[in-house]
Amino acid sequence: MADQGTGSGTDVEKYDAAVPTGTGIVTSDRIENPGFEPVRLRVSELDPKKDKANERRVALMFGLSMIGSAGAIAAYIIFPIVPGDPGSVRTNTFLLGLGLALGLFGIGFGAVHWAKSLMDGHDLVEFRHGTRGSDATRAKAAEVFHLGNKESGIGRRHLIRNTLIGALVFFPLPGIVVFRDLAPAADPNQLLKFTMWKKGTRLTKDPSGVPIKASDVTLGSVFHVIPDGLNDLPDKLEQKAKAAVLLMRLKPEDLHVSKGRESWNYQGIIAYSKICTHVGCPVALYEQQTHHLLCPCHQSTFDITHEAEVIFGPANRPLPQLPITIDSEGYLVAQSDFHEPVGPSFWERKH
Amino acid sequence: MTVDTTAAAAAPATGESDLPPTTGTRVTNWAANYIDERTSISGLVKELGRKIFPDHWSFMLGEVALYSFVVILLSGTFLTFFFQPSMAVVTYNGSYAPLKGIQMSTALSSTLNISFDVRGGLLLRQVHHWAALLFIAAIGLHMLRIYFTGAFRKPREINWIIGFVLFILALAEGFTGYSLPDDLLSGNGLRIINGMVEGIPVVGTWIDYLLFGGEFPGTAIIGRFYSLHILLLPAILVAALGAHMVLLIVNKHTQFAGPGRTEGNVVGSPIMPVFAAKAGGFFFIIFGVIMLTASFVTINPVWLYGPYDPSPISAGTQPDWYIGFADGALRLVPPHWEFMLGPYTVSMNIIIPILVLLVLLALVAAYPFFEAWVTGDKREHHIADRPRNAPTRTAIGAAGVTFYGVLWAAASSDLIATHFMLTVESVIHVLQALLIVGPFISYHVAKRICIALQKKDREVALHGFESGRIVRLPGGEYVEVHEQLSDYERWKLVSFDDNAPIMLRPNKDGKITAGARLRARASNWFFEDRIAPVSLTEIEQQHHEHAAVES
Repeated sequence: MADQGTGSGTDVEKYDAAVPTGTGIVTSDRIENPGFEPVRLRVSELDPKKDKANERRVALMFGLSMIGSAGAIAAYIIFPIVPGDPGSVRTNTFLLGLGLALGLFGIGFGAVHWAKSLMDGHDLVEFRHGTRGSDATRAKAAEVFHLGNKESGIGRRHLIRNTLIGALVFFPLPGIVVFRDLAPAADPNQLLKFTMWKKGTRLTKDPSGVPIKASDVTLGSVFHVIPDGLNDLPDKLEQKAKAAVLLMRLKPEDLHVSKGRESWNYQGIIAYSKICTHVGCPVALYEQQTHHLLCPCHQSTFDITHEAEVIFGPANRPLPQLPITIDSEGYLVAQSDFHEPVGPSFWERKH
Repeated sequence: MTVDTTAAAAAPATGESDLPPTTGTRVTNWAANYIDERTSISGLVKELGRKIFPDHWSFMLGEVALYSFVVILLSGTFLTFFFQPSMAVVTYNGSYAPLKGIQMSTALSSTLNISFDVRGGLLLRQVHHWAALLFIAAIGLHMLRIYFTGAFRKPREINWIIGFVLFILALAEGFTGYSLPDDLLSGNGLRIINGMVEGIPVVGTWIDYLLFGGEFPGTAIIGRFYSLHILLLPAILVAALGAHMVLLIVNKHTQFAGPGRTEGNVVGSPIMPVFAAKAGGFFFIIFGVIMLTASFVTINPVWLYGPYDPSPISAGTQPDWYIGFADGALRLVPPHWEFMLGPYTVSMNIIIPILVLLVLLALVAAYPFFEAWVTGDKREHHIADRPRNAPTRTAIGAAGVTFYGVLWAAASSDLIATHFMLTVESVIHVLQALLIVGPFISYHVAKRICIALQKKDREVALHGFESGRIVRLPGGEYVEVHEQLSDYERWKLVSFDDNAPIMLRPNKDGKITAGARLRARASNWFFEDRIAPVSLTEIEQQHHEHAAVES
């Protein structure tokens, strides 16, 4: 055994006595490290036949790898994607992947098998040295800094040092300023507080844009609604992210209408913002029986009979209500924009 | 310097060098000389070529992370050749019939083209996604391995921090990449980010506005995430990964306790050839597993989700699993945590979950320094602990895992409810309770299990194990014969770091500071119910008793 002094003796003996051990207990009553176990030879080391068999096995895996890679090339060419045939995508993906996987596995398992069954597998020992540099090295390093200080005079010339620190503090500031134009000049607070709904805007179906007559909205039905004209806007998605509305009809006697909102519904037809007041997911799940609206993202639940107040989940505020009525042709229209900002809360929402 | 543990291998090398050089060796010699005369690489080879790596299955977890990252780089590069990170609206006209004629962003349209019109495109998209999932999972498991074996102790605290940074970067890479196809599911993920950022006090509205380049969703975010995803984040990631590897080499790998292994050595296979073959082969196996999964199992079928639109959403919406803990934190907030501060809205339903996540991550990052403070141990530690031999650390880890696990489960609260026919409300309420109580329960359970296992180890080390052989003594009494362990087997059970609480003593000014008091209390918390390793005296006593019985 060539492990004199490395494999036996307790590790605590190795510690420099000067290093504090803290809570660690150093005792002389420790069991001795018994040193390395005797080496057991592998079958391939004892039996040349096994050795040869393992060699063949490794070569076989490398061979299979070549077949797999060639198969991948063949699959790429023989099974192309036929436009309009989703099945061809599946075949191409599957066979190409299978070939590549075989190509990879062949190399991988071959190499590992080689290492485990044929290469010299006896453990070797390497000594560790403390991570810190030797005292001499550290003294040299300290000397470098000392010379740097002496030759540049940075420790002595306070004017230079302080102005340098000042310059280094100031130089990144323009870097912050230049990011202002990440967004347009407008104030987000003004944008967030208004939607495209205004007096007389027709309620239309999402996504077709077909206007909705009050008579279409039967009891218990629900419509996903966008403002008339939304589909023609260049900033359609930004407007839709604020203006999307859910339209439902309940029995008027089921609605608990607060003061000042009596005229906001039309014969039990009510419109609420579809954008969750939590973090803005669409509150798209309507439970017809309970008249609850559920947000599929974080399960905030709003009670439509009580002006969409929050009855469960992380949201705090009711969904804003869109005041509606009908126009002369019987189509549902907005009376005005929402009376408060829609969607997630933000710091200046009420400011 | 390496030393062979076998006499056989220490025999002088056979006289291969005496043979006349073949053409092959002549070419190799020429090439080696050519490179060395220009790079002096021989020094590096001499230094690192026979470096020793210890073996244990759990040491492969970091390797899995490394190799899946390489797969991510390879497959991701292929995807960049086809993907167009633009939110300009186009009418889809590719091969996938159900979406023909639908308006969508160029990003989604090009993603669909990769999937349905580029041969191998879908395969490599799926390789990229599966590799990313494996990357993050492997990092998580690797971190748990490091934590539970105490491999973060001196001198590896800095490498723990670098690894932590890598974990955060991996999450950021995952989220930005997930958002790129601009499909309905990822768009709703972005919507949640938008809502969360808006909920940050004072600056939230403006940060959100700048991030999205105007109002949500805008036309900028995909391009910006693309820059982050393929340039900035990978650049930092590769640099941090490099530093992680360099420190791994400088510190050398930890090893588990075993016969012959000490704090002063490292026992295992040399890089050349065994470790290189095993690790290199393992890379191909990992790549193969990812490739096979990608060819069999669909991941992120964006064609089923369709383009992003702020109005529709599908039930059961949830993020990729690794973001789950953040989404779960949002879900567990009870109603009405928002209040007004004068004219300003304070969204505690957003702020508290964000703080919870930040504190959780900060605790993970800071733990090595906390434990170093508690133990006051300034020694280097290269022998990895068995988790049972550090019961308090293991228990704290179990509590942390439970806390994370509850947050994670909460991200699927709706799916749990539908699968098990429960109400969403009851699932949330149970998880809210578990989030508070669960960590305490797992702390105590884990600690008891550790101590029980330690006691069992002591028992086995001292009295051996039950052999299953029943012997009838001359007096008619039946006993089961206990088999003693060999010295090698026993060593694994008895060689661990032993710690005892600090004794509170006045410092040199004769004072007991508040800090010292706190530290004494912390060390008491850590080590008050310690089980000491079997000592030499105990073993000798035991032998005497056995000898006495047998004679």
